[in-house]
Amino acid sequence: MAATTTEKKQIRIATRNCGFIDPENIDDYIGVRGYEALAKALAMKPAEVVDLIKRSGLRGRGGGGFPTGVKWGIALGNEADQKYIVCNADEGDPGAFMDRAVLEGDPHSVVEAMAIGGYAIGATIGTVYIRAEYPLAIKRLKKAIDDARSYGLLGKNIFNSGFDFDIELKYGAGAFVCGEETALIASMEGKRGEPVTKPPFPAQAGYWRKPTIVNNVETYANVPAILVKGADWFSSIGTATSKGTKVFALAGKITNTGLIEVPMGISLREVIFDIGGGCPDGKAFKAVQTGGPSGGALATKDLDVAIDYESLIARKSMMGSGGMVVMDETSCMVAVAKFFLDFTMDETCGKCTPCRIGSKRLYEMLDKITKGKGVPADLDRLKSLAVAIKDTALCGLGQTMPNPILSTMETFRNEYDAHINDKKCPAHVCTALLTYSIDPNKCTGCSLCAKVCPVGCISGNRKEPHSIDQTKCIKCGSCYEKCKFGAIKKD
Amino acid sequence: MSTISSLEALKAKRQEILDKAAAKKDKVRINVSLATCSIAAGGKAAMEAMKDEIAKNNVPNVEFMQSGCMTYCYAEPTVEITLPGKDPVVFGHVNEAKARELVTAYVMKGEPVDGIIPVNYERVVL
Repeated sequence: MAATTTEKKQIRIATRNCGFIDPENIDDYIGVRGYEALAKALAMKPAEVVDLIKRSGLRGRGGGGFPTGVKWGIALGNEADQKYIVCNADEGDPGAFMDRAVLEGDPHSVVEAMAIGGYAIGATIGTVYIRAEYPLAIKRLKKAIDDARSYGLLGKNIFNSGFDFDIELKYGAGAFVCGEETALIASMEGKRGEPVTKPPFPAQAGYWRKPTIVNNVETYANVPAILVKGADWFSSIGTATSKGTKVFALAGKITNTGLIEVPMGISLREVIFDIGGGCPDGKAFKAVQTGGPSGGALATKDLDVAIDYESLIARKSMMGSGGMVVMDETSCMVAVAKFFLDFTMDETCGKCTPCRIGSKRLYEMLDKITKGKGVPADLDRLKSLAVAIKDTALCGLGQTMPNPILSTMETFRNEYDAHINDKKCPAHVCTALLTYSIDPNKCTGCSLCAKVCPVGCISGNRKEPHSIDQTKCIKCGSCYEKCKFGAIKKD
Repeated sequence: MSTISSLEALKAKRQEILDKAAAKKDKVRINVSLATCSIAAGGKAAMEAMKDEIAKNNVPNVEFMQSGCMTYCYAEPTVEITLPGKDPVVFGHVNEAKARELVTAYVMKGEPVDGIIPVNYERVVL
């Protein structure tokens, strides 16, 4: 393990119980003051609960960052014969597992928070839309709901207050777009997961056209703590505009992969080096992608950024749901942009032309560039198409899909130029741009490389330096892996 | 399970739970992280190995429990052991051999074992 600071830089609010209680035992949750927040809320008026959440400054943790209290207030204000409160547990971002940890480690915090939210807005039915790829989270959440019902903490007349509330589960089927709230609602209604234009927002007309609140798992996990410890306590943590903490999933080329929960306003440098332990094997840090396929890459020049919603947007990235993929000197930023485009191109629902067709055209251009067939005009085309898609796509998936491209083109323009003008990949990742050659001073003529070459393009006499026929080489790298004398150069 | 119908009843239930926990404070508590990543890394095998070693050595007064993600994904499987009267200590990279060593060295003799993960967070307790 790399040396990290022993100073306590993390504050665990959303993950306060993860690793400390048995998630399958409701008594453990009650032992840490579970369901007291609900009792407290039911003794207040709904508008007072909404006001408390507003004053705390809690903002949506799913990526949008919309003030939760304001959203609840809108739903409360809309009269209807039935309202709904939904938990978005789809967690589709590659590399994100914050919500899974909360659902597997402290499912009752979400159950309790949904009951509190239901009371605040006037909903008697809660639904958790959870991805089917999380079987353990589903099992533990189901048990939590059953146990809460046994204690009368869900169901009719909770705490003798006259408030009825229960929760049901609906399962996602693997579509990234169903993390977008209107596509999620369509999926819950049994339709194909396709977004619709907003307004009307779900808080006005959502599930079955009734006022619906959709919030992320992590947003809910904060709610019981705010009810018990107060709005002033929560708003004392974080920055002026971004209160509280955020759970991040550190992944990629970082020593201490895992979850961290830090106060808003902490610097990227502290997250990556102090808590994360820096990049392993002494490699130099290059960039960190925040916000998954919707976000941008922050580089060494951004290391002193104070992490909050606004400052990340100012740097052409976004908070997103909390995934942080770290890259080092061995990562190619063009290949990274291509990877994210490959993902979003697969996940587009196809409803709107900019996203359906635009994603494919963006991917094709990146693919061309990584294969050494790019021309300078491609960069202008990439940029103008990316901007056009951002402006015209129907939903957040399409609107943010070009972010990895725009961000890497701005910060790592030199890598794009090398791929296009020099036909070289500075990080030695894009195989089509690699040249394998044998150093005659180091080659002993053992022929191991020639034996392992799948296309037989290495020739030479025993005990004499060998050579690679560049016209036949398919850049598989087998010879490079096999050579025991380091005689094969890759560049 | 009977209905908890008021805040007073909830507080009473909580007190009952805390009293039960207090009665166990002379026991060794072994808390194994069992989230998806922990299980994938071998958390269940580590737990079985420890239970087996405890039984083999007839160690009395040991309670096992499971919990969710301890957030140290880089060090899974992770196990937290609380000896009576001491602070909990989290150990990482607990494979089968290490699991048995934790029982024979730390639980039985109080001797520290490699791989302690220091606490680098403040846990908010309601």
